[in-house]
Amino acid sequence: MAEWFQDNGLLLGLALLDGLSSAGLIFLVAVGLNLVFGVLRIVNVAHGSLYAIGAYAAASIGIFLAGLGLPDWASIPTLVLSAALVGAILGPLIERFLLRRIYAQEEVVQLLVTFALFMILEDVQKLIWGVQPIHHDTAMKYLGTIDVPFGADFIPFTNYQLFVLPGFAVVTLAGLAWFLRRTLTGRVIVAVTTDREAATAMGIDAAKVFLLTFTFGAMLAALGGALSSPTAALVPGIGAQTIVLSFAVVATAGLGQIEGAALTSLMMGLGRSVAVYFEPELEVVVPYIIMVLVLLVRPQGLFGVIETRRV
Amino acid sequence: MTTTLSRREALVAGFGGVMLPATLSAQPAQKPAELKIGVTTFLSGPASVFGVPSRKACEMLIDQLNAAGGIAGVPVRAFFVDEAPGTDHLVGEIRRLVQSEGVHVLFQSISSGSCLACTPLSRELSKLMLLWDCGTQRIFEENRYEYAFRTQGYGTSEVLAPLLYLLKHKPDFRTVAVLNQDYAWGRDSWELWKTAMDALKPGVRVVAEMFPRFGSTDFSTEITRLLALRPDVILSTSWGGELVTFVRQATERRLHERSIFVLPVAEASMQILGRSMPEGHIIGTRGDHWNNHPAPKDPAAFNAFVNAYRQRFNEYPIYPCHHMAQAVWALKAGLEKAVAAKNGAWPSDAELAAAFRGLTFPTPTSTITLREDGQGLEDQIVGLSSFNDRFPFAVPKDMMLYPGASVSAPVGQKSTDWLKTLQPSVVQTAGRSI
Repeated sequence: MAEWFQDNGLLLGLALLDGLSSAGLIFLVAVGLNLVFGVLRIVNVAHGSLYAIGAYAAASIGIFLAGLGLPDWASIPTLVLSAALVGAILGPLIERFLLRRIYAQEEVVQLLVTFALFMILEDVQKLIWGVQPIHHDTAMKYLGTIDVPFGADFIPFTNYQLFVLPGFAVVTLAGLAWFLRRTLTGRVIVAVTTDREAATAMGIDAAKVFLLTFTFGAMLAALGGALSSPTAALVPGIGAQTIVLSFAVVATAGLGQIEGAALTSLMMGLGRSVAVYFEPELEVVVPYIIMVLVLLVRPQGLFGVIETRRV
Repeated sequence: MTTTLSRREALVAGFGGVMLPATLSAQPAQKPAELKIGVTTFLSGPASVFGVPSRKACEMLIDQLNAAGGIAGVPVRAFFVDEAPGTDHLVGEIRRLVQSEGVHVLFQSISSGSCLACTPLSRELSKLMLLWDCGTQRIFEENRYEYAFRTQGYGTSEVLAPLLYLLKHKPDFRTVAVLNQDYAWGRDSWELWKTAMDALKPGVRVVAEMFPRFGSTDFSTEITRLLALRPDVILSTSWGGELVTFVRQATERRLHERSIFVLPVAEASMQILGRSMPEGHIIGTRGDHWNNHPAPKDPAAFNAFVNAYRQRFNEYPIYPCHHMAQAVWALKAGLEKAVAAKNGAWPSDAELAAAFRGLTFPTPTSTITLREDGQGLEDQIVGLSSFNDRFPFAVPKDMMLYPGASVSAPVGQKSTDWLKTLQPSVVQTAGRSI
């Protein structure tokens, strides 16, 4: 074992750096999905579409503003503002006119409705942005690269990958924890998550909480997409890829668990990176192996609590 | 109520069921009011980056053909079907196209998986099927089809040509890494490359074989590993958004300064990459239809196609557009040949299919011959990425043209068997500079 680490320690170090940025992006998308499920109790398949639209919108707005001659540094706040815009427009629209009508329906109906929405939004993307890859990488280029020592060699990493993506994830985690535990609105959301009936009986306006939470979840999905846009080419189908992994994170973490989502994203991000270095064929399945192992031991998820069901 | 069949009735019914399609296809055919083409292509999902432009090209060419009186005096109409839902869906759709819509010809598929699943339907339905874009070598190497033909090259020639180019222009490489998409084309193309490379330059060390999930949007980890390994050559037959993402992430981290990229399917991504594509790397186009082709056979026809497409859709055509056009031009040539063979009468399905065996049809850049086994021989042009004043994206320089016949396995031989027999001298003899 010690010999293996001696031979591969440096590679493992690189894998850890890669895993952190990957985990950051996974977390941003999954935490929104987790939050929405925790409060609304709806598995929102269209979360992947919000991610994709967030990415497309950020790239389009970035390209438009660059055409107006805005300085390169402005591309970074543009990513956040684009995500906020997408979430603020689509979130209330979807919650008010679609989800609100199906809260009382069976889970399978809810699943089908959000899946239908996902399909519709995929086509809307194609109508607006076409099918050719779109990219806008000013933010990544503006921040440049940093050379990480690797024995006698060095490995260039982009600062965007190494600092911005994990940084946003940490700030989001800390911000969410503070918001949910230290603010009145946050506590109201937690109350509805914990016991919707009791919270409503105490006078909490559940409809308002649902609207707020879904909008916030939509913003987080769009933020994940927006932050991925400087590094990835955007094509039809990116939403579907993202939502599958997000579901794995949510199931592993425990439904509604923010810290659980962070830890699971970290495990999956690091697991995938290590696999690429040492057993690339396993890269695709590592997140799902982690999910299966966790669920075998803790069916309620890493941080989930076993719920009693009234019969 | 139950109905019972006598043994004789059952035999007659069974025999009739078997013989009816063949009998119908042998009937004298009437000239149709319109020539219906069923086209399968990706209209959704990641591969729609190929499918939608190919549909545009098809619609444009059909408009042009119809404005000129159609083919053999018959106007043409296309029915498009999305490949994305998968092969089970596609098999059903092809049956529907033939049996309900009454299409006369099928233009089949981008995906090799689609072609493998659906080409046997040409036999079952006795209907002419032109494989317009899929590349798997297995189609005609593992089966013989009377009604199916491929109007373009295939994986073997599209992978071998860039390898020959690499061996001629950068012969000193010792290590190779591969980064392909994890599906049939990614795996098959690597097998073809590896087999040919082992025959032509034994001893090259493969330092990494990476097949990221199809549809991946991030290759940071793979790039870090490649930066650490420093292979002399990095092969990637990836395409679409994945190739664009890989090249952008790789060049930002200066991977192109440590290794030479070989990108056999790069042409379709050059417009998107623009100036992000680094210079001096090996690029291919699954054929010979580069926008800066220095000596197309019919420059006027080539410019007319490219300019018409640009005018209508505000972008340059990419290789799937050319492949779709090749299928349309092959149909025109084959149908006119079949009609001429019947002194102007309309051919049956069997007669139409027979006209395609050995057919040579012109394209703006060259001519393509459909071999005895149905495989098309399409020339391959490979070069080094470069920029000039004519195009806002990379085009090849120092181009080599490999005639289709010189980079295709002979009829009756499997590609992997043939590639093992290649001699290093083929590097000098297979192609010519243009």
